[in-house]
Amino acid sequence: MSRPRAHIVGVGESRYTRWGKIGDVTEHALACQAIQRAVADAGLSMDDVDGLASFAEDRNEAVFLAAELGLPALRFGNMVWMPGGGGGCAAISNAAMAVETGQAAVVVVYRSLCQGQFFRFGTGGMNAAAPADPEPPKLQQAKSLMLASIGFSMPYGLLMAAAAYALPTRRHMHLYGTTSEQLGMLAVTFREHASRNPRAVMGGRPMTLEDHQASPMIADPHRLFDCCLESDGACAVVVTTEERARDLAKRPVEILASEQGAPKGYAFGPFSNANIADELYATGGCEEMAGRLWSKAGLGPSDVDVAQLYEHFTGCVLMQLEDYGFCKRGEGGPFIESGALAWKGGSLPTNTHGGSLSEAYIHGLNHVVEGVRSLRGESTSPVDNAEVCLVTSAACVPSSAILLGRR
Amino acid sequence: MSERFFPDSMPPPLADTTTLPWWQAAAEHRLVVQRCTSCEHTRLPPAPVCPECRSADSDWKEVSGRGEVYTYTIVHRPIAAGQELPYVIAVIALEGAGGVRIISNLVDVNPDEIEIGSPVELVWEDMSADLAIPRFRPMGR
Ligand SMILES: [Zn+2]
Repeated sequence: MSRPRAHIVGVGESRYTRWGKIGDVTEHALACQAIQRAVADAGLSMDDVDGLASFAEDRNEAVFLAAELGLPALRFGNMVWMPGGGGGCAAISNAAMAVETGQAAVVVVYRSLCQGQFFRFGTGGMNAAAPADPEPPKLQQAKSLMLASIGFSMPYGLLMAAAAYALPTRRHMHLYGTTSEQLGMLAVTFREHASRNPRAVMGGRPMTLEDHQASPMIADPHRLFDCCLESDGACAVVVTTEERARDLAKRPVEILASEQGAPKGYAFGPFSNANIADELYATGGCEEMAGRLWSKAGLGPSDVDVAQLYEHFTGCVLMQLEDYGFCKRGEGGPFIESGALAWKGGSLPTNTHGGSLSEAYIHGLNHVVEGVRSLRGESTSPVDNAEVCLVTSAACVPSSAILLGRR
Repeated sequence: MSERFFPDSMPPPLADTTTLPWWQAAAEHRLVVQRCTSCEHTRLPPAPVCPECRSADSDWKEVSGRGEVYTYTIVHRPIAAGQELPYVIAVIALEGAGGVRIISNLVDVNPDEIEIGSPVELVWEDMSADLAIPRFRPMGR
């Protein structure tokens, strides 16, 4: 007996803006808007929805959203434990497990970010002025495992993501001769893709390799244009069963396989994993998980027509290309240089929406949205006859990935 | 202005009962790694169970404080008000520590001269009577 197959039947989003530009609506109101649009895109009603799933310590708790949206009953409310952007595809995976096992019939995965309404990630003591006559710094009691762990990174100023992810990328450069220009070419390629995408925050801002090289250094080797945007916006993805998917509004997209996890000792990624195995350090940490994904789907890298790869930083995409087997270990730089990721003429058109570097940073759930559109023929950078799309979540942290197939 | 490596507005470090002995050793200028007394596997940060043999028994092994740069980043953005830029975060592979690496800073260094594999040595920064932070500088500075 074949197992029931979960499908994605609807996608939707709010407007995307630069960081802090959405102040007139709350983050959870924006989540509601994205969820409603995704449900409408599927041709479903909110009365059909009985599950909500999210990731990355979502402030917009499913129990409140279910009440606000008038769900008749919440049968499945789920949060992924992979940190930050690593859990987006895992949330899709959990939604798929829920509908495949009958825990729920229609699960909406959502993500809303209006970080300007909260605090800025990775700023440490930036907002606190030093007192005139300060007490000498003293050891404080860590009231959580996370805070105790931070005791081994914060005293060294390792608070900013751009610095943390620079560490494996710098070692990759040392081991394999990867260059800043190769990273830059990746950013330039995704910016070109964004130029056709009216949703893209950076759609009207062309970028050349010279622009990339001239952008200010943030945390070497990360220049400004190696770093993802910081954005306000929300998006949502509707997951249901194959049976339910058959007679809905749009062509359904099948979830061929999904995987999540982390290699041994990975903890919170480069903020805390200085002691992972040497052969893992200059990788995205996804190689073993990728192997499970390919074997579950009965597919391999050469079957992928289009990819949406999470990019918090350019180097983390480069290492994913190696982890997922699109090129050999250490050859990510030359692979990018060959133009492989370009919409026109590339062997692996990647981030056809512009990605987090150029569309918007919605913790990569917008990569799932684009993955669905690329198989429906709705992408603004369409790949002809695309049948298989790989979507990944943040690498160099515990991660997740899904393989999507056109029906 | 602070004489310290980071301004005083930086939040102080945090410890729980698992990590406290490491900080107490640091305050005495002893750099230690946690060692499993069952299988000798060394680990950092301190953790309640050995990830290799799952024993909860451990002691503390003092290391020389020499090591080499495993990877690094030169940070050009402040993470605390009034901070000197750039500063260098590095992962140091510690000598005689059973392969253990530590996240720290490189101090007294020209950022243009940092190379992966280059030798470094420990230098303590005393924050207060009960708190010292290990940082590293190029060997022989
Ligand atoms: Zn042991």
